[in-house]
Parts: sequence; structure tokens; C-alpha cells
Amino acid sequence: MITILTRRIISLIITLFAVSLLVFSVMNLLPGDPAAIMLGTSASPDTLAALQKQMGLDQPLPVRYLAWLAGVFQGDLGNSYTYSVPVLGLIVERLAVTLPLALMAVVLSVAIAVPLGVTAARHRNGPVDLLIGLFSYAGIAMPAFWVGLLLILLFSSSLGWMPAGGFPGWDAGVSAGLKALVLPAVALALAQAGVLTRVARTAVIEVMNEDFVRTARAKGLGEAAALWRHAVPNALIPVVTMLGLQFTFLVAGAVLVENVFNLPGLGRLAYQALSQRDIIVMQNVVLFFAGLVIIMNFLVDLAYLVIDPRLRAKAQ
Amino acid sequence: MARILCRPVLVAGLVITLALVAIALLSLVWTPAVPSKMQILLKLKPPLAAGLLGTDHFGRDLTSMLMVGAWNSLSTALVAVALGASIGTMVGVILAARRGWAEVIVMRICDIIFALPPILSAMMLGAFLGAGRFTAILAIATFMVPVFARLTFGAALQIWTRDYVSAAVGMGRSGIAITFTHILPNISNQIIVQVTIQLGLAILTEAGLSFLGLGMPPPAPTWGRMLADAQTYLGQAPWLAVLPGLAIALAVLGFNMLGDGLRDLFDPRDRN
Repeated sequence: MITILTRRIISLIITLFAVSLLVFSVMNLLPGDPAAIMLGTSASPDTLAALQKQMGLDQPLPVRYLAWLAGVFQGDLGNSYTYSVPVLGLIVERLAVTLPLALMAVVLSVAIAVPLGVTAARHRNGPVDLLIGLFSYAGIAMPAFWVGLLLILLFSSSLGWMPAGGFPGWDAGVSAGLKALVLPAVALALAQAGVLTRVARTAVIEVMNEDFVRTARAKGLGEAAALWRHAVPNALIPVVTMLGLQFTFLVAGAVLVENVFNLPGLGRLAYQALSQRDIIVMQNVVLFFAGLVIIMNFLVDLAYLVIDPRLRAKAQ
Repeated sequence: MARILCRPVLVAGLVITLALVAIALLSLVWTPAVPSKMQILLKLKPPLAAGLLGTDHFGRDLTSMLMVGAWNSLSTALVAVALGASIGTMVGVILAARRGWAEVIVMRICDIIFALPPILSAMMLGAFLGAGRFTAILAIATFMVPVFARLTFGAALQIWTRDYVSAAVGMGRSGIAITFTHILPNISNQIIVQVTIQLGLAILTEAGLSFLGLGMPPPAPTWGRMLADAQTYLGQAPWLAVLPGLAIALAVLGFNMLGDGLRDLFDPRDRN
């Protein structure tokens, strides 16, 4: 296990380095001077030269890359040009919104998908299965940002039960903060739940046909007990894997949903950085998101190895 | 034909997709009104009060905008998926034929590209290249390359282990010839299914990019930007937020159902 873990960690580090190189290359090799893009066309040559120097653009590319990387390791991501504050502080501040939002969405999607998937598997090919199948199709097809708009329309504009957007901050109390995140989390969770329901259904059907479940039932275990004691715990493995694979889409969804609900999260920060041409912030936020996706996939991979001894043997 | 008709998912997918394509093509030659024509006196009219589906905040005909939006969305998605699928498939089948160290490196590159959601890639590209259809296509296609490279690599590897391929190798046929005569025809069904499903994903991504202002620039109507504009008038004109979203959802639903239906048709064992 230690050998596999070492190998996976080395692979993770190489991938993270490669991602940093890719993000840096896109930001620095594409046509256009980042300093000129940030300052716009009206900037004086002196201001431009000063910013170029501040950003280290007068240095050769490899030196700039290594300097950026060294900064990343030391927690110095540079200063935001727009906000004039350290980028790391900005990311940490915005993460306090995005992280709970993503977590709520994940918990909600699993809470919706697993019972629905199990129910669909139990009533396979019947009308209930068909209805759940339709929900699943709808969940996948509806863009999260549109679901967000519909939720605002219903729960904020019409019923007035929920805030239409904005975030009061955690200082206003945990319940006020969580209340502001409920609708965005539901919007994000529905799309995830659509995919996960299908995975859970398929996994339960497959496990119910396995020999050990058949044996358990032959020994007198009831249908429901066999389902909840054997099929569901085993079916959770592909659900967790899919959750990891879907993380990229959760990140993409968060960028859009945060903009719909005007939430001061990382996705909105990336969007604002784009509008304000704050290249330094964008470069670091994109690296942060990509790193998060890679680490998430690594953790799922690892969880899979821990749960399933057959995969451990195969990997060795 | 009977094999198709007895599959409701496939039929539903086909009907929705064909209707979408028909509307998109029709918009090239006819729309009920000029989609960019502003009629301020008729602004924010609900469905049937002015035109079939009402008007937006500039008094533009919503039906016409949705029709042209269908073409804009579909054509962007088609070009992006065609580009991503072609490059990805080429990479996948070449790797399967050659194997070796390149396989490890390319698959790692695929992991890296996969870690960047197209929305973020488009934001990065948009900062330098400017927002527009080209940026959207480039971002979506880049994300599609690893999807097709992985799929075709895995599928091609399976075909390479078949006896008839070993026989062709024994007869001295080159890797390229075997790839074209045996590998590609045998994995084409899987590619077709994946293209269909990815078209849905591409439409969804294009809508997201347009929503953020990274898609086609105004005045070209796109479903995503129509939704972004609708945000301001949510209380006054809810249909502006409902209809473009419904169009996106239906289009994605159609392609997903078509993909599932085709998979079922090509390989009924995969039904679950």
C-alpha cells in the first residue's frame, strides 16, 4: 500500500506542476502583454513600464515561472492589481463562501440521488423507475444557472421566503449565512443529483445480481435487508467515484451560480478578475481550481484503493 | 426501422433533436421578425400579446431570437465537438497503435486538460483573445480532446487484441492501415454515441459562456445571454428567464436521450 501511495503522490505532484506550467503558459505565451491588458489602452508608457517591472515581465519566461512557483510555495501569490491586497488573502476570503456552497451541494446531491437511485433499482422498469429516470434526465439537462434563476423567481420574487442573492457574511450569524447559500446549493445539487441517481441505480442493480447478495437472500435475508445491508453500501463506491469525476462540473457550475446569486465566492472572483483584467488574480484562481480538481480526483482514487482490496492487488 | 421505433428514449431524442435542427436551419432563411429589430413601444410584452412568445426589454421578438439562438448555439457546439472529437480520436487511435512512453505522457496531459473546466479555460483565453465564438469553440474543443482520446484509446486497445487484427499484423499490414480498416470502423459506434452526448454538454457549456458574456457578442442572440439579460427583469417579465432556459434544457435533453438511445441500439448489453 505504501508503494502505491508513494507512486500516486509522485504522479500527483508531477500533474500539479504540469498544470501550473499550462496555466502559466496560457497566461504568458498568448499574444498580448498582460500589463497592457490590465491597464487598458489609455495607460501612459511610464505606468506600463512600472507595472511590467512590478509583474516581472522584464524577466525571461523561465525565471518568471520559477519566481511565481516559489511564491506559490511560500504563500505569496502576489498582489491584486484591482484590490491592492495579497491574492492569497482574497482567495482565502472567497473560499469561505465557495467551500460551504460546494459542500452543501455535494451533501444535497447525494441525499437526493442515493434514495432515488435505490428506489428506481427496486422498481426497475416500472412507472416509478420511469419517473425517476425523467427526473434524472431533467437534472442533467437543466443548466444550474437557469435552475438558480427559477429558484429566485419562485422562492424570492413570488413567495419571498429566501433572499434573492448576496451574502451577509459569516459575521451576521451561521444561520443567515447558510440561508443565503440554500438556493445556490440546490441549483448546483440538482445537476449533480441527475447524474448520481443514474449511477446509483445501475450500481444497485449490478450488486443485487452478485453472488453474495443471492446467497444472503437464499439464507433467508429479506429483500429490503439485502438491499440496505449489502447492495447500498457497495453501490456507494461508484457514486463516490462519480462525485469525484463530476467535481470539474461542480466548479464550473459554482462559477455561474455564484454570479446568478451575486455570491462573493471564488467563481465570482474569477469573473470579476476577468472583467477587471486582473491577470494576477485570474492566474492564481485558475491554478487553485485546477489544483482542487486534481487533488479531489487523487483523493477519490485513494478512497477507492482503501475500500476495494481487489484494486490494491491490481495496482501492485 | 422497427428496431428504432421500439425504443422510446431513442425516438424521443430523435424527435427533439430533429426539431431543434429544423428550427435552427429555418432561422437561416425565415424568422417571424428581424431578431435584432428594437420596438421600444412593444417592450416586455408577454407571450401572445406581441408575437408568439412575447418581447424582451428592447421590444425584440422573442420567438425570432430563440430561433436564431438555436442556430448560434447548435453551430458553435457542432464545430467545437467536431474539432475536439477529430483531434481526440486521432490521438487515441495513434496511441493505441504505437503504445510506449507516449501513451503515459499523453494520458497525463489529458488529465491536466481535464482539470480545467471549459468555463475557466474560456475565461483565460477570453482575457487575451477577447470574448467571442472563436474563444468559446476553442475552450469547448480543448475540453473534448481528452474525452475522445481516452474513449478511443480504450476502445481501440480492445480491438487490437482481436484475432483478426493479429492476423492482419501477421500479414505485414502497417499500423496505419489496420487503424483505418479494422480499428476505426469497429469503434465508430462508440464515437457516434459519445459525439451525441458531448453535443449536449457543449450546448450547456456554450450557454454558460454566453451567460458570462464570453460567447458570441451582441447583437447576435444566444440563449445564454438572453438568460443573463433576463435577470434584470425577473419580477416584471418572468417568461424572459423561463423560455431560453427551456430551450437549452430541451436541446441538451434531446442529445442526451439520442446518445442513450443509440448506445442501447448499438449495444443492448449496456442498457444499465
